[in-house]
Amino acid sequence: MMFTNRMFNILVPVISVLLGLIAGAIIMASFGYNPLNGYQALWAGSFGDIYYFGETIRQVTPYIFTGLAVAFAFRSGLFNIGAEGQVIVGWLASVWVGAAFDAPMIIHLPLALLAAALAGAIWGFIPGLLKAKLGVHEVIITIMMNYIALHVSNALIRSVLSENQDSSDPIKESASLASNWLMEMTSYSRLHFGILIALFAAMIMWFLLEKTTAGFELRSVGFNQHASRYAGMNVGKNIILAMVISGAFAGLGGAMEGLGTFGYMPTHSAFTNLGFDGIAVALLGGNNAFGVVLAALLFGTLKIGALNMPTAADVPSELVEIVIALIIFFVASSYIIRWVLLRFKKEGK
Amino acid sequence: MENYVVEMLNIRKEFPGIVANDNITLQVQEGEIHALLGENGAGKSTLMNVLFGLYQPEKGEIRVNGKAVKITDPNVANNLGIGMVHQHFMLVDTFTVTQNIILGSEPKKGGKIDLKKAEQEVAELSDRYGLKVDPRAKIKDISVGMQQRVEILKTLYRGAEVLILDEPTAVLTPQEIKELIEIMRSLIKEGKSIILITHKLKEIMEVCDRCTVVRKGQGIGTVDVKDTSPDELASLMVGREISFTTEKTAAVPKDQILSVKSLQVQDSRKVGMVKGLDLEVRAGEIVGIAGVDGNGQSELIEAITGLRKVESGSIHLNGKAITNLPPRKVTDSGVSHIPQDRHKFGLVLDFPVGENMVLQTYYKKPFAKKSVLSYKNIYSHAKRLIEEYDVRTPSEYTKARALSGGNQQKAIIGREVDRSPDLLIAAQPTRGLDVGAIEFIHKKLIEERDKGRAVLLLSFELDEILNVSDRIAVMFDGKIVANVNPSETNEQELGLLMAGSTVEKDGER
Ligand SMILES: Nc1ncnc2c1ncn2[C@@H]1O[C@H](COP(=O)(O)OP(=O)(O)OP(=O)(O)O)[C@@H](O)[C@H]1O
Ligand SMILES: [Mg+2]
Repeated sequence: MMFTNRMFNILVPVISVLLGLIAGAIIMASFGYNPLNGYQALWAGSFGDIYYFGETIRQVTPYIFTGLAVAFAFRSGLFNIGAEGQVIVGWLASVWVGAAFDAPMIIHLPLALLAAALAGAIWGFIPGLLKAKLGVHEVIITIMMNYIALHVSNALIRSVLSENQDSSDPIKESASLASNWLMEMTSYSRLHFGILIALFAAMIMWFLLEKTTAGFELRSVGFNQHASRYAGMNVGKNIILAMVISGAFAGLGGAMEGLGTFGYMPTHSAFTNLGFDGIAVALLGGNNAFGVVLAALLFGTLKIGALNMPTAADVPSELVEIVIALIIFFVASSYIIRWVLLRFKKEGK
Repeated sequence: MENYVVEMLNIRKEFPGIVANDNITLQVQEGEIHALLGENGAGKSTLMNVLFGLYQPEKGEIRVNGKAVKITDPNVANNLGIGMVHQHFMLVDTFTVTQNIILGSEPKKGGKIDLKKAEQEVAELSDRYGLKVDPRAKIKDISVGMQQRVEILKTLYRGAEVLILDEPTAVLTPQEIKELIEIMRSLIKEGKSIILITHKLKEIMEVCDRCTVVRKGQGIGTVDVKDTSPDELASLMVGREISFTTEKTAAVPKDQILSVKSLQVQDSRKVGMVKGLDLEVRAGEIVGIAGVDGNGQSELIEAITGLRKVESGSIHLNGKAITNLPPRKVTDSGVSHIPQDRHKFGLVLDFPVGENMVLQTYYKKPFAKKSVLSYKNIYSHAKRLIEEYDVRTPSEYTKARALSGGNQQKAIIGREVDRSPDLLIAAQPTRGLDVGAIEFIHKKLIEERDKGRAVLLLSFELDEILNVSDRIAVMFDGKIVANVNPSETNEQELGLLMAGSTVEKDGER
């Protein structure tokens, strides 16, 4: 038995997901629920009809962005836990530009997207700068930046973006990604055009990392900073650049919520989790652009499909969360699966 | 009836696209030092990794003390009394010597690690074999030679009876090598057996009892060292005659290329290492820097190449100041650098060989056009270098990590020499290379010289310095203390000069 490296990279996430599903089934069964019914409900709730399909794709959209953000930083040797905060500031910036101006769509929408990317980029720039110049670990700074983003955005929504309300003013139509046509097609789901931008972003990431000289430097710095310096690359510059681009991706993820799904920004009492889930999406997707799209699809499916399990299969929502968590657990522990596979590879001769 | 502690019979090990070991037999007698000799990429490390349980062989049998065994992982190897010191060390930098040694088999007292007891045991072991290791020192604060002893201690602590040493002397200075040889002798006296991989035939002749030769993955046979000669060993392993001295014509030095004046450089702890050094290298000559490790050689080279800050003094290349320029600017003004530490500086191990071949030039034509990489040109360039420099690799797409140590080095040398710079800095260029490859690299250096390049060679091998250089600059305590002509000196005199003695020179004046 011989695995090629490529097959291996596909096999590991697939097995992780299967194991997660099996573990979830065992849990459901042991609490006296029929796992088959449960998963049927999950499927029906995500792809069962066109409305659910639209909702699933809508949920996939920000996951693609946060997955790309975390993956991009990973490939450059950095752990961006700050995607969460970058999503929040991106969301905030997009609805602010979306509500504060009047302009034709061709200008307004790109401007709002740009604002989101820029806000996320700045939120990534700060930890990048501190890491590059002072060697402060990016994990610590990005975690702190998450809290700053959460509380500052809440304060701004109440004071600047609305008159003491718990959500910002709605954005103008000219900045909106939502589309009546898409909504009608999917029996009034909140599906919007953001998915196209997300897929385009995935292509950009692939091209940037694999095909350009900048990507060569980022990957090189990600693997070996000493050799990169020896080769004449500016290590600090690349660390900052990686965090800026990563932050911009996450910021755009926020814009998907602001300009697409909601059309405004509510105050948040807790994190959106979009950024944190992005870590799992990136891991499952093997930190490459195409893999991230597939992993985001899976996460979106689970998230939306799970909503249907309590009503359609009577599985209590707490249990649903356990099942989802198990799948994530197995994905995250794909390292272990990799190890077991390698053992099989050794013995299966 | 021979008494074999370890027998590897007809071992075969394949990697995708390559047979690393094909029908190799290695039998180690109790209490002997058994050499394993072969060219770069012949499969020595692979064979030892099989014995240590890191790889599973496709075919063949392993016996320990006459019993057939299956070594599925390094723990099994440890339990069978087999220990290994790898070509590249596996120590945790920020841990102490003792912490590293007990890692994975910590002695416990009531659920807590008993560090006191461990330290005592480590100190005892160290004394017994004359290792002189401080159990409480941090790994990052001790020399490479000491780190290696820690690795040896680690195997002894786990009860090793058979020690595998994979190219231990490649990273050591001549003095450290002498000490290691003593250590090996005391290990043998205590009844241990050793498998020693080395490319240095002199060492095999000096300490080994028997020698097994592999060539391109094939077992060639085992010889008694006392019945053989370096020449015979060399031709056994390469399959042809090797010349040990390098033929060359007298140098014709021309214009000054590199000029270093009153240079002062500090190390990372802010201690002065280069202390007012003057050095000149001309076009068409090879200047060899001789010196005991730690006299500022590394700092000097890092300062020239822009990797380390110059405190005062100046460095000029072709008459232009390059003092404190960033590495890219230095490279672009015509400097190539074969770095001392190939894993740290020389390669991005997780990049394919092809991408490593353009590590400095990836953004230039023809490798990139308008910031878009041309993989076609990158890989055809790599393919040419791989052939020209005889880098043994399954393909140019293989990750650098999968290459044997010596072939990684050849890849770096190919990349640096091929740029044909005005100044070629070669720091320990032949470290870890087999005799055939060394001969080839020396020829290349001389070829570059004859093309009118300036070559600065740093080496701890006096043979190499004497053989290849046109002029020897002896470095001691951060300064060049003597300039000597290689044809008018010898190892003894160099040794004295390197130790800081100026008596002889003074007497001549
Ligand atoms: N993990 C691996 N994957 C693929 N190929 C490998 C791997 N390890 C070694 N090889 C290949 O197997 C061959 C033997 O390598 P090995 O490291 O055993 O050589 P070696 O005799 O130790 O050489 P050196 O003296 O240069 O250290 C080489 O061609 C190498 O490229
Ligand atoms: Mg080796």
